[in-house]
Amino acid sequence: MARMMCPVKKMEINVPDECPKECMHLKMRMCAHPDTLELIQQLVTKSGIPVKQFYGPEDLKDWDYISRSGNPGEYPFTRGLPAATYRVMYGGPARTVTYAGFGTPETTNQWYKYLINEGGVTALSCALDLPTQIGYDSDNPLALGEVGRQGVSIDSLADVESMLDGIPLSETGVGSVASGLGPIYLAWFLALNEKRGIPLQDMGFASQNDCLKEFIARGTQIFPVRPQFNFTCDVVEYCVRNGMKNTRPISISGTHMAEAGATAVQEMAFTLANAVAYIEELMDRGLDIDELASYLTTFFVSGMDLFEQICKFRAFRRMWSRMMRERFHAKVDTPPIVTAFTAGSTYTAQQPLNNIVRGTMELLAAVLGGLGGALTAAYDEAIALPSAQAITLAFRTQQILGFEAGLFDTADPLGGSYYVEALTDELEERATELFDKVEAMGGAIPAIEQGFQQREIAVSAYEKQRKIDSGEKVVVGVNKYATDEPLTIEVRKVDPEEERRQVEKVKKLKQERDNEKVKVCLKQVKAAAEEGINTVPSILEAVKAYATVGEICDTLRGVWGEFKPVTL
Amino acid sequence: MNEKKRIRVLMAKPGLDGHDRGAKVLTFALRDQGMEVIYTGLRQTPEMIVQAAVQEGVDVVGLSCLSGSHNSIFPRVVEMLREQGLNDVIVIGGGVIPEEDYPYLKEKGVKEIFGPGTPIEKIANFIRENVK
Repeated sequence: MARMMCPVKKMEINVPDECPKECMHLKMRMCAHPDTLELIQQLVTKSGIPVKQFYGPEDLKDWDYISRSGNPGEYPFTRGLPAATYRVMYGGPARTVTYAGFGTPETTNQWYKYLINEGGVTALSCALDLPTQIGYDSDNPLALGEVGRQGVSIDSLADVESMLDGIPLSETGVGSVASGLGPIYLAWFLALNEKRGIPLQDMGFASQNDCLKEFIARGTQIFPVRPQFNFTCDVVEYCVRNGMKNTRPISISGTHMAEAGATAVQEMAFTLANAVAYIEELMDRGLDIDELASYLTTFFVSGMDLFEQICKFRAFRRMWSRMMRERFHAKVDTPPIVTAFTAGSTYTAQQPLNNIVRGTMELLAAVLGGLGGALTAAYDEAIALPSAQAITLAFRTQQILGFEAGLFDTADPLGGSYYVEALTDELEERATELFDKVEAMGGAIPAIEQGFQQREIAVSAYEKQRKIDSGEKVVVGVNKYATDEPLTIEVRKVDPEEERRQVEKVKKLKQERDNEKVKVCLKQVKAAAEEGINTVPSILEAVKAYATVGEICDTLRGVWGEFKPVTL
Repeated sequence: MNEKKRIRVLMAKPGLDGHDRGAKVLTFALRDQGMEVIYTGLRQTPEMIVQAAVQEGVDVVGLSCLSGSHNSIFPRVVEMLREQGLNDVIVIGGGVIPEEDYPYLKEKGVKEIFGPGTPIEKIANFIRENVK
């Protein structure tokens, strides 16, 4: 034990014998106090960007307000949407979105009604179970044990009708994260709206429908990458060509990459590369960029590194806007809609109530980053499928921040901060570099086929885990302040009876509907796939004849084949 | 020839869920720990996993599942491994698995469950101690 001067605390402190080794590792002269050691270790953001102890005017020497920032609602949209939007969006009737669905459509219908009537939820993001997302019927042996588990089970239009029975679609937005299903999910809503007499142009509809990120990170792709990509683009093309202004036919997502371990820089770069692939394909199909732009949205994670997250959103909007002008020659500057989900991957199974604090911080990052909407993950996500209590708390968090904290009084309150602007610039620079790397490989699709993004993200995930294991990165309740206290929270169980009921229902449907008609419709779907024309019209007819999701996907698998799992 | 045989691990993603972060991290990590690790990729049926285990002659099968279907899938894999006469192959599991399901899974022959937040070292040591 020796006495030494700590360079950070500016005081003499005891240096334990094991300390100098760690300090060497940090390339610091010395520092022994555990608290100080921790301070020094936080020298880089999660993306590895060095952080100075403070920032000042010299960090923004060449910074120009008009070209780098602009007012809220103005190019390059670093500062987000038009200022008034935030007050309307949150200060008025808060738009509360929640991700929900489980069991049979009938059970989910009851739950939705509760969320709308009791919870004040105004938009639903429909959680589909895995068999549905991957195109298997409930009675398929591969679906065993998975029916109604991660979400609601939907086999056919009949299930969509039951799920949304008595729910006004004009007032409640119902979106979905299904990305493999593409036109099938759209067709369900087209058919339902037609039955309810809602004209196409008024139809509200939102679908994540971003298959490229499925190949990179999420894993619910059905077909090989190129036909799956075209399938995705069919949805966007159909909505734009029919002038369906209230629809969001694609939400290009970095969320799942981040959840799989991507850094902020990777999330930005790979999402932008995917966006380029979609836009190029849709322009090749003859769509006008200015018309198309208003249909595109993006979706990110909002994670724990508060400032890096805030700057990620700001930098991404700027990159996006510049790309639209410079690469695609857009004549109109459409404000980029960026939304986010708080990061379930930062949630811990240990001391689960701590996740409420994490979710709040992450939601704050989304708000301060000027997002056009955000969802909070339920605090028990690392333990089980969210309980009713946890889901309620998730949207209450949104409501409390929206109504009580005064966060929306003025747009982009952090704009002009030395640190925030400098970090925004740095993130943009690094993401552009990585984006160019993907471009050099021929763009997003060839890079995915070579497993580039997948590998990069897996390496980042491993790095992160190593830092947690070594204690370099602190996770409260996991590698620091861990306790052995038993779990005291309510854990959701899905009644196995739900699966049995759903399987019976689909079997009955297959007996009772007009099977000749189904056969004819599926032939049309096959023909469209073979000819390479837009699949939405033929799938719409098949859906209306109550062809199931499994039957439609099997038909398409027959033409396109299936995706092949990637090993390491 | 007295070099100790390297432990061989099959890291598998059964079921339909696509969350393979944990499986991939563990694949890298156990390789760094000196083991040979084969990762199956997504959406493997119990049949495919057992076939791979037989072909690759592994000592350990790691199952990662975040969809909630572990209670149907994990026991099935153990059962089929034993049917193939692979009695010494240990099966470990991970993912989002409620603690109250641990006793059932262990009773069905899953050697250990490693939930989120488990240090890699702990898993590696467990494997070393239990592989015969």
